[in-house]
Amino acid sequence: MSFMKNRRSPLAAVIVMAAGLALTGGGYAAATAAVEAVKPVSAVATAEQISEGRKLFLANCASCHGKNAEGSKAAPSLIGVGAASVEFQVATGRMPGQASGPQLEKKPVQFTEEQINQMAAYVATLGDGPAIPTEEMVAANGDSTRGGELFRINCAMCHNAVGAGGALTEGKYAPALKGVSSLHIYEAMVTGPQNMPVFNDANLTPKDKKDIITYLKFVEENPSAGGYELANLGPVVEGLFTWVFILGFIIAITIWLGAKSN
Amino acid sequence: MSDKKLAKTGSTNAEYEYEGGLAVIAPDAVKDPGLEPHRTRMTDKSVKHEKAAARQVAAMFFASVLGSAFAIYAYFAFPLTEDLGTVRNNTLLLGLGITLGLFGIGIGAVHWAKTLMPDAEVSEERHQTRGSDEVRARAVEIIKLADSESGFSRRKLIRRSLYSALALFPLPAIMIFGDLGPNPGNTLRHTMWKKGTRLATDPTGTPIKASDVTIGSVFHVIPEGLADLEHHKLEEKAKAAVLLVRLDPADLKESDERKSWSYDGIVAYSKICTHVGCPVALYEQQTHHLLCPCHQSTFDVTDACKVIFGPASRPLPQLPIAVDAEGYLIAQSDFNEPVGPSFWER
Repeated sequence: MSFMKNRRSPLAAVIVMAAGLALTGGGYAAATAAVEAVKPVSAVATAEQISEGRKLFLANCASCHGKNAEGSKAAPSLIGVGAASVEFQVATGRMPGQASGPQLEKKPVQFTEEQINQMAAYVATLGDGPAIPTEEMVAANGDSTRGGELFRINCAMCHNAVGAGGALTEGKYAPALKGVSSLHIYEAMVTGPQNMPVFNDANLTPKDKKDIITYLKFVEENPSAGGYELANLGPVVEGLFTWVFILGFIIAITIWLGAKSN
Repeated sequence: MSDKKLAKTGSTNAEYEYEGGLAVIAPDAVKDPGLEPHRTRMTDKSVKHEKAAARQVAAMFFASVLGSAFAIYAYFAFPLTEDLGTVRNNTLLLGLGITLGLFGIGIGAVHWAKTLMPDAEVSEERHQTRGSDEVRARAVEIIKLADSESGFSRRKLIRRSLYSALALFPLPAIMIFGDLGPNPGNTLRHTMWKKGTRLATDPTGTPIKASDVTIGSVFHVIPEGLADLEHHKLEEKAKAAVLLVRLDPADLKESDERKSWSYDGIVAYSKICTHVGCPVALYEQQTHHLLCPCHQSTFDVTDACKVIFGPASRPLPQLPIAVDAEGYLIAQSDFNEPVGPSFWER
């Protein structure tokens, strides 16, 4: 009967929910971590890669982007978007898109690294566009101070001063940059996915981009010296915390002070 | 019985007699509730509770001792080093220790008073505001004595010079208010931009070629030469900051008057919000919306930066641009209207 007693404990539901959340959350984190590890190598595309890429394109992308990547009402033309754009969109799971909404979100990746490189190679043959950057170009070994200044001028208004992300108009948002691979940060700058503007090499030179990546990796790896960040979301979150917890505590103390002892 | 009379005169029926059954007569609104009956505390009823309360108070004071000791320990165990990250633990743990040290004393003292010290209710009458006649007479006496001893009424010279000193004393403070100015004059209406100033990237100051601005690009622009200014660099930057965007010329809706202000789909707008002056720089490449992060004013870049949402009341001023012989983007003139928030004389 003690077993039945345990079943009835109100804590049981909480424990089951916590376990479920930990399991799904942990599983998702593991899955996304595996995705981060993908590091495509930009090599010279072979004819076979291109023809395989074309097949994958026709099977998975052409229904919206058109048989010759000319675009349709549902999707833009891919002529001239470059290999970097394909790598970014597909390797972050944003493409192929699943449902229309304010913006396409990051989700589990649908293709292998090899397939992504094949599609990127095919799209790159359609017109000139940014290539996938090399590992050296995206390595976080630049000047983080300079990168921080460039980031605050060019990126922070949408992505927040430390890359925590932020809201845009009509349900769109600039995603958080923590945990985004250096390669994808670089590709996003150079291709301007969705509503993000393009930062071409005249605007932010490859060195500028490297410095920005260095800065982002620096703030990702170094905890805030000023205390707990509360997700770095700024005064709204900080105000809410103060009003709910600090003021709540002060009210509780005040009530206790005025109450008669039992 | 005045209410009886009232009832009679108010009535048209001469035979009506007030019988006092219907009128609602409000009782005296606030009554002195007096003291609540005294409730004996558990600590007064049982020795066991009294001892427990004493132990609790001691435990609170002891927690304070631990907190203070911990603060001293934390100061040495988590020292500040060259590494900025050490500030966090040092401040946090030192602060928690000191907090516990002070908080323990406070709640211990309150708990002591509430549970163990006498809790008999006491009422004290307020004394009269007016002093007694003797006290008042004595006060007048003192003032008169002070006047005769100091000679305040007698010595005209001293009295008048003191009056002048007191009258002049606040004047310097009033004069300092002059430093709140000078009036801004024309500075709110003009920026650094003038005919031929090249558009340069912020913060490097590199001039921008029209061919570098590809479709979908956004450049954060300052006037060339801003870094060479000797004074008021930040003030000038705050007024002159510009956002440069290239759109498909087919997307642009331009009035005839402004057709010559853009170059092949490249448009330049002031980055200073016309609401309260935040930098408006959240540009969405596909919708061509420009969003201000402070109060969500949204401007339509395709349509002369007109306000399409939010509290801003006027469009962002446009900087007329052209291209010089070397292909660099230049300003045709200053902005044609003051940038930034509205002000009184605008």
